[in-house]
Order: sequence, then structure tokens, then C-alpha cells
Amino acid sequence: MNFSHRHVLGIKQFNADELNFILDTAESFKEINTRKIKKVPTLRGKTIINLFFEASTRTRTSFEIAGKRLSADTVNISGSSSSVVKGETLEDTARNIESMHPDIIVMRHGASGSSEYLAARLDCSVVNAGDGTHEHPSQALLDAFTIRQHKGEISGLKVAIIGDITHSRVVRSNIDCLNKLGAEVLICGPKTMLPPGLERLGCRLVSGLTEALTDADVVMMLRIQRERQGKTLIPSLREYARYFGLNETNLKLAKPDAIVMHPGPMNRGVEISTAVADGPQNVILDQVENGVAVRMALLYLAAGGEQQSED
Amino acid sequence: MSGILIKNGRVIDPANNIDAELDLLIEDGRIVELGHALAVADAEVIDASGLLVTPGLVDIHVHLRDPGLEYKEDVISGTRAAAAGGVTSLACMPNTSPIIDNLAICRYIITKAQEQGSANVFPIGSITKGLKGETLSEMGELKEGGCVAFSDDGVPVVSSELMRRGLEYADTFDAPIISHAEDLSLVGSGVMNEGPVATELGLKGIPWVAEDAMTARDIMLAEFTGGRLHMAHVSTRGSVELVRQAKARGVRVTCEATPHHFTLTDEAVRGYDTNAKMNPPLRSQQDRDAVRAGLADGTIDAIATDHAPHHIDEKNVEFAIAMNGIVGLETLLPLTLQLVKENVIDLNRAIALMTCQPARVIGIDRGTLSRGAFADIALINPDLEWELVPEQLHSKSRNTPFAGRKMQGTTMKTLLAGNIVFER
Ligand SMILES: [Zn+2]
Repeated sequence: MNFSHRHVLGIKQFNADELNFILDTAESFKEINTRKIKKVPTLRGKTIINLFFEASTRTRTSFEIAGKRLSADTVNISGSSSSVVKGETLEDTARNIESMHPDIIVMRHGASGSSEYLAARLDCSVVNAGDGTHEHPSQALLDAFTIRQHKGEISGLKVAIIGDITHSRVVRSNIDCLNKLGAEVLICGPKTMLPPGLERLGCRLVSGLTEALTDADVVMMLRIQRERQGKTLIPSLREYARYFGLNETNLKLAKPDAIVMHPGPMNRGVEISTAVADGPQNVILDQVENGVAVRMALLYLAAGGEQQSED
Repeated sequence: MSGILIKNGRVIDPANNIDAELDLLIEDGRIVELGHALAVADAEVIDASGLLVTPGLVDIHVHLRDPGLEYKEDVISGTRAAAAGGVTSLACMPNTSPIIDNLAICRYIITKAQEQGSANVFPIGSITKGLKGETLSEMGELKEGGCVAFSDDGVPVVSSELMRRGLEYADTFDAPIISHAEDLSLVGSGVMNEGPVATELGLKGIPWVAEDAMTARDIMLAEFTGGRLHMAHVSTRGSVELVRQAKARGVRVTCEATPHHFTLTDEAVRGYDTNAKMNPPLRSQQDRDAVRAGLADGTIDAIATDHAPHHIDEKNVEFAIAMNGIVGLETLLPLTLQLVKENVIDLNRAIALMTCQPARVIGIDRGTLSRGAFADIALINPDLEWELVPEQLHSKSRNTPFAGRKMQGTTMKTLLAGNIVFER
């Protein structure tokens, strides 16, 4: 397969073949993570800068480990320590960083569209690690990878995504990715958290949790973003848990072999009960583990897919 | 098993397009049969010759004042007044103390009504906690607990954003939002309708645009969100027209009008009669006629009383500081029948506006005489003339502007699930 994308900005840019190719590539990297010596020289001599304008320990660490296992030199720059706080524009910050000749900039930024903005102005590759509530392609791909790992085939699966759709960083990428890979995506949440036009993204809105969960193969719970949703969207976390939280009882509506996913960090007792979060159907830690392999694949492909020889 | 057979009455059941001389058989609190000359051995027979047999009336806007303000009214006295007015189902507003914004209060009201009441009571939960206009109430739980709709009645939801979220959130649980529409900045310190009468009396006016502006906003929010909106007590020409246009556009909006707004005008305030003080205020003749036209052409879905009992001490004061509202449960029927007499609406529409249509607004399975339905029934003498004597009201409160008025039409018997809860 001829993979011709210099940037990884979103799921939108890929077709199904390319998505499968990324997942296949990740498959080949996965094994490295269980070796005694977890390092290959694939990206030796490449420099990756993790530019995180928003705190996200999980995603940043995952990208950092992915880069290091491929032998790239990785540097982390966080929003608080960068010159952003001194009033520098995003473009100036990025140009300054580019002057140090990185090969890849991995960026997390609070503004939707920021990774496209950056990619249009820089010569190096840009990998989007989450731009506002727009795209979060590596998360969507690691979710798809995890589903494939447990279900074999994504096509034909019924995937229920439940929660705060409006403020989710990942859900647009998830819907697009799963849709392109042939899954049926059902969306459910309080109407205060459902933005208009969701159907156009390739999913079906259902009215309640019962309908969403019934016969689902995959249940994805989204995080209630307490810091983002303000106080007008739901009356209380208690009521949210009651009508939109996943627990042992309502999970029984799903297929017996359904898997439960969560992009983390979880609000236990709100969108997911502890019994389910730690229960036999949860694959939440698999998601985290697979994140490294998927990000290795993305960095590798963004760097041009060249193999360094072993010596 | 002995039933009750209501014989020889004129059965009017608009939900089923029935208007005919029929007998009606009740067993186990439900209607089991409607037919000509039913004969049932050992059934108790009620002769309804000369009477209308209609579904028990449904009033979706009542202030029961229980808990917390029982000196004005409580569930027992309020439902007794309802039964005396032919009303068998009512929805009560949440501005009690504490507010109906939690399951405990909702259950308290329902339980008290079931155990000691003379009518079915359906609580309306508040849109916002404590009616404060800040945070949404737990509508999911309240709906499950028996609330049929959500309203901050008495005060508007000032924040448009919060009203939007209220419409969306209530629709998540398939419940309507009932809007009390007034723009408080336009209301200012007004105490009656702004117009010539207010000018003459030297009282501060509440302009019609205070209602229209908020009605327009809420209709737009309903249109935008797709949520279900019910406008309480429309009283102006403009708000009737706004609802009419919105319905034509397919907006999910319904509305109600009160008997006092289609009967009286701000002329009633002359003499500084505090029993003519209510919110929204009595309006101009033109507004009153527009409300009547809305009832006639189907724009207005329901007649609701806004039954608002107040203690004599709260009304026997200067007009400006008197409390808003009047009792209405026991005058709903004659004032509505007066519209029939005046050829504003026909009898079937009048009954529909007091039964199946309001029931539909709040989604309850009452207000019809279908086979299998609860035997909530009013036996109405539409011609009986009587005079309203406030001391004879069954409500705890006496605040009515209709004292001494000659009325025509009343319920002779009111049945709640087959039991006679009122008899004249
Ligand atoms: Zn009101």
C-alpha cells in the first residue's frame, strides 16, 4: 500500500483501506512492546517534539513511549512551560520549534482546527494528538484496534457510544473511523449534550440507554467533562449516572460477549460503575496498551515509512 | 360484582367523537360499556336524564399550595374544590415550599392525593432547582416519580440558555416544558395591564409586549431545540397569534387560556378590586376577544384555571401589594359554558378544551370515556342557574372576582374511578 500522508490530522483524511493499513502496521509494532528489549531502530536519528498546550498525561506519555521505542529523539514541550503563556502566537511558537528541525510535531491543542493550521504552515509532519473537540485520530484508531483485537472484524458490529457528545474530544473521530470500517454506530446521551447534525457524521441517534445498549457488541462510554459542561447541561452527576451511566444491570442488555470501552480518565460511579469498569467485559487497559502500538504506527508512517536497517 | 349504570344522559366524549344519548356502565372503577338502553341486573343506576355525561374535567394549571402554604389551600381542600367543579384530574404547580424539585415532595403530593384527595393529582416539577433559574432539576427522576411536565410557573426562566437546555433535557425524558412567559424587565413594577384603565386608576402598567416578547423567545427555542413547549395562561392578542403561527410552522407548541382571561377585561380592576389582580393581568377587550378567537379556531388547546388560592389577609390590602391570582376550580365549568351560550365555541369543543385536550398536553390517560378508561365522570346540568357565593366555595380561599355573579351550568355529580366524590 502506498501511504502518502505526511500529516496525521484526522480520520477524515483516510479511506477504509488506509485505516486498515494503519491498524495492520500497528499490529506489527505491537509485539515489540512485549519484548524484553522494547526498542527498534526504526526512527533512529529522527526528532519528535510533543507539543502539548493542554495537559494530557496519558496521550503525551503514550506518544513519548511510542517515539522512544522507535528510537526517535523525543522532546516534550508543555503549554505552561512554553512561550505561549508569554503571548506568543501559535504560528510563532511552531516556527521557533521548527527551526530546531524536528521531523514530527505531535500536537495537543485546545482549539479545534489548530493542527490543520499548523500543518499548513510548517514543513515537518504534524500528528494531531487532539485539537479541541474536533479530531483525535490516534485515540479513534487505538479504539478500532482494540475492537479488532477482541472481535476480529469491525464490519457489521453494533457499537453504542454513550455520553457527552458535544464536548467529547474523540467521538467525531470514532464515529468516522468505525463508520468507514463498516460498523453500525449508535449514539445516545441527554439532548443537552447532542449537537445537531450527528447523523451526517454516519451514526444513528437513539432515544435512550436501553435502545443503545440492546444487542450491542461494543459499548463506548464517554467521559463527563465536569470542567467543560458547565452547570446547565445536566442537573446532577447523580441523575446522569442513573439515566446514562453504565452498570452491571443495564450492561446485560448488550450481547453477552460485548466489550466495554472508555477513553479515560474515568469518573467512576458517574458514566461507568466500578463493577463494570473493573469487570470481565472491560477492555479499558487494552486500549491504553494498544495506544502505544497505534502511535508507533502513526509516527512511523508520518515519518515516511522508511525502515532503518538493523545495524 | 355490582357496577354503576349511568342511564339516559347525553354522553359527550370528544376524544371519541361521541355526542349521543347513551348509557354507560362502570365496573371496578373503569368504564366497561357504552350503549343504548343497557340493562344490567344488580347494577346501581344513576339517572342522568337531562344531564351531560362527560369525562371528568382536567385542569392542568392549579396551585395546591401543599406543602408549605396550607393556610391557603392543601391537597385535600384543593381536590375537594376540584370535585365540586367537576374536575377529576389536575396538575399542580411546583411553587410550593419546599419546591417540587425533588422526588420526596413529588411523592408526598401524589400519596396524599391518593389517600385523602378527591381528584387525581399530577405534580409538575420545576424546571430549575428551587425555581432559582440556575441549575436544571432532576427531571428524569421526577418524571419517573410521577411528574408530568416541568415549569417554573410564577417566574420566567430568564436565561435563554437555560430555557434551551430545559427544553432539551425535558425532551430527553419526553416531558413538556410549561412556560410562564413574562419579560421581567418590561414588567418592571407594574401591577395591572398597561392601558387606559391603568392610566385612569394611576396604577403602574404591565405591557402586553412583556408577555409577547417572552412567548416569542420560548417558541423560537422550542423550534430550535425540537423540544415540547406549552405556554401557560396566554392572555394577549400577540401571544395567541405567535402560537397560531408557530403551530402552522410545525413547532411543537401548545397553549392554555384561563376562564378569567376569556371572561373579564382590565375594566374589572376598577374599584381597585384586588380579586381582579392576577399575573398575567386581565387585559384589554381586544386581547380578551383574541383569546376567544384562539379557543374557537383551535390555537388554544386547553382551558386551565391557574387556580391560585390566597388568604384574605393577602388580598385585603392596597392593590399594589396584594398577591396575584384567584381561585378558579369551581368556576371553570360555568364560565366555559358561557362561551357556548355566547356562540364563541360549541359544546363539544368546550368539553374537549376541558378534558381530552389538556390531558393530551401533559400526556395522561384521562379525559375520555373510552372503554377501559378510568371512570372519571362529570354529570353536568348545563342549564342550572346559580349565584356564586364565595363562602360556599370548597376551597380554603375565597379570592374570586366572580362573587355574586349569576352562573349557568354546574356538575351535579362527580365520579372519580367510579366513586362519587361530589354530589349537589
Ligand atoms: Zn403563571
